Amino acid sequence: MIVKQHADAAQEFIKDEARTDWHDETLWFVRNKRDKAVNTLPEWEILREWASHIKDHTLSNLDHYLKSFEEKAVENGIHVHWAATAEDHNRIIHKIIADNKIDKIVKSKSMLTEECHLNDYLQNKGIQILDSDLGEYIVQLRKETPSHIVLPAIHLKRQDVSETFHEHLNTEKGNYDPQYLAGTARHYLRDRFIEAELAITGVNFAIAESGGFVVCTNEGNADMGVHSANIHIACMGIEKIIPKAEHLGVFLRLLTRSATGQPITTFSSHFNKPRSGQQMHLVIVDNGRSRQLGRPDFRNSLKCIRCAACFNTCPVYRRSGGHSYHSTVAGPIGSILNPNLDMKANSDLPFASTLCGSCSNVCPVKIDIHDQLWKWRQEIVANGYVGNGKKVGMHGMAWVLTNPKIYRTVGRIGRWVMRTFPFILNNKLNPWYKQREMPQAPQKSFRDWYKENQ
Amino acid sequence: MPDRIMKVGLFIPCYIDQFYPDVAKATYQLLKKLGCELTYPINQTCCGQPMANSGFSNLTKGCDVNFVKNFKGFDYIVCPSGSCVLHIKEHLKDGGTPAELEKIRQSVFELSEFLVDILKIDQLNASFPHKVGMHISCHGQRGLHLSSMSERVSPAFSKTEHLLSMVKGLELLKPERLDECCGFGGTFCVFEEAVSVKMGEDRIKEHLVNGVEFICGGDTSCLMHFEGILKRQGSKVKTIHLAEILNSAL
Repeated sequence: MIVKQHADAAQEFIKDEARTDWHDETLWFVRNKRDKAVNTLPEWEILREWASHIKDHTLSNLDHYLKSFEEKAVENGIHVHWAATAEDHNRIIHKIIADNKIDKIVKSKSMLTEECHLNDYLQNKGIQILDSDLGEYIVQLRKETPSHIVLPAIHLKRQDVSETFHEHLNTEKGNYDPQYLAGTARHYLRDRFIEAELAITGVNFAIAESGGFVVCTNEGNADMGVHSANIHIACMGIEKIIPKAEHLGVFLRLLTRSATGQPITTFSSHFNKPRSGQQMHLVIVDNGRSRQLGRPDFRNSLKCIRCAACFNTCPVYRRSGGHSYHSTVAGPIGSILNPNLDMKANSDLPFASTLCGSCSNVCPVKIDIHDQLWKWRQEIVANGYVGNGKKVGMHGMAWVLTNPKIYRTVGRIGRWVMRTFPFILNNKLNPWYKQREMPQAPQKSFRDWYKENQ
Repeated sequence: MPDRIMKVGLFIPCYIDQFYPDVAKATYQLLKKLGCELTYPINQTCCGQPMANSGFSNLTKGCDVNFVKNFKGFDYIVCPSGSCVLHIKEHLKDGGTPAELEKIRQSVFELSEFLVDILKIDQLNASFPHKVGMHISCHGQRGLHLSSMSERVSPAFSKTEHLLSMVKGLELLKPERLDECCGFGGTFCVFEEAVSVKMGEDRIKEHLVNGVEFICGGDTSCLMHFEGILKRQGSKVKTIHLAEILNSAL
């Protein structure tokens, strides 16, 4: 499959301007809700600082905290599995399913399982998973991927959802009423929860001192699945660890205010040990995270708590849609995480930004996202993942700008050409000119004027 | 204003030198009138940002060396562009001893922060009786903290607004999204042309709703992007650099 580069996919997205405006305004609304929520806390910036320090400390002592977490979790009766790669993660989960001869599986939202392409892996083995988060359920029915890590179906309007539900759930054609649509999905999902034999969840926070973990949802779908099924598999990246339960007092306050502007998720469920007769499994996944941890410039991207505030604030994301990032995690944070997973395939992403810096400002754990975008650009060029045209252009530009006399000559000739033969630049080969006029080229540069007038 | 006349080096970004000399002239005249001993080092070219932001910071050595050669020895280096100043502050790495480079990084100022923080001007004999929309440029704002930022929980302030409040007759109008990026983004404006233009059009729309005659900013790069779109739209709205307003009828 040919994957479109971000710029090309974005251009496609923008062709439907009304929809682009709607997408932009919807996410801007979420950003505004976030602003209102964070401004109710005078201590907001201090909380961000604490969260950042806790995560920095944890990442610097990750081996210690992971071991102590595992020890406690095992003591609590949780089966702990370690997965070095996405394949390992999928294989481990498949084995649990196969060993227990399960075929009724519900999964609440877990971006890690998306990152590992668990659904596809299991489907190839004849096993169907039902995504129980409403947004994820919608995109699953449409055979799409989430376009946003918190709002997976944010690229869809209720009219789209209505059509999808009409096709798959036999809802009334043309009925766009959100309550009707959500009610139908709720009814359908309720039966799936009741018959579920195995529930897969993600993990928002894993607590090293207790071996317990916390799963945050707004729909309660993680709880519904887990409480009904006899087997619970929770999947987490190695970076989800926090040292102490009391640190939740920092992170839970930051997470949902940043994500949706709510004070806290509707459900913040704490899992510590299996109930009687239940199997509880925890799959702890590396999949490139330790490699990222070893990159001094990029290690603190692992502080991310997946709130997606950087998506909602990003003017590029809002106008290009999540799918243009061709990755599980889109948006600014995705653009600094994905090059670690595959630098060549994701070499376009760090350039899908104006480096405006809004992402770093909203980040609840103070990841220097826009600085890392800049640094990834250097890394990508150094590794040769850059077009020849751009390379030649940059070398030429550097040569001109290094030599004052050449700079002045090129400037003078350039301005003369622009004035005398404007068609040389004012044509469709010039991407600037496609939708913008070129600046007017003056007779004299400032330097010319200065020399005459000083 | 400080008692001593300060030796100030005027740092004019390459594209302003070539395409927007009026912005440079206004900056020059303004600083002169405010009593600075002002020099424009005539062999300056570019800070190197276009290469660095495109991933080619390995090619900026020549620009660094030339910059240091031109700007060594000034008390202050002043530039009518937050973006170029930020680049020097964050990425100047060649062309002098670590102490020399540090001194340059510490003494380079964007025009409005120089006027407010160093010259501490509290009045201006300027007049610009027009409806002006303010565009906040990202690098000046989020990089140099020329104003508070809508994402942060902090008291509101703006050095630019403080300066514009001294201009007689000027009616300042703010867009609904106070500090969203214009979409210029250096080479982003051509490599991500569609998003870039859409961002610019959306910003302009908010200013047009306010009925502005001018869109004013502290970075000519953002303004050049707006100007290109406005002209294509056949709009009468003009772009203007902060320096040109502050220098008007001074």
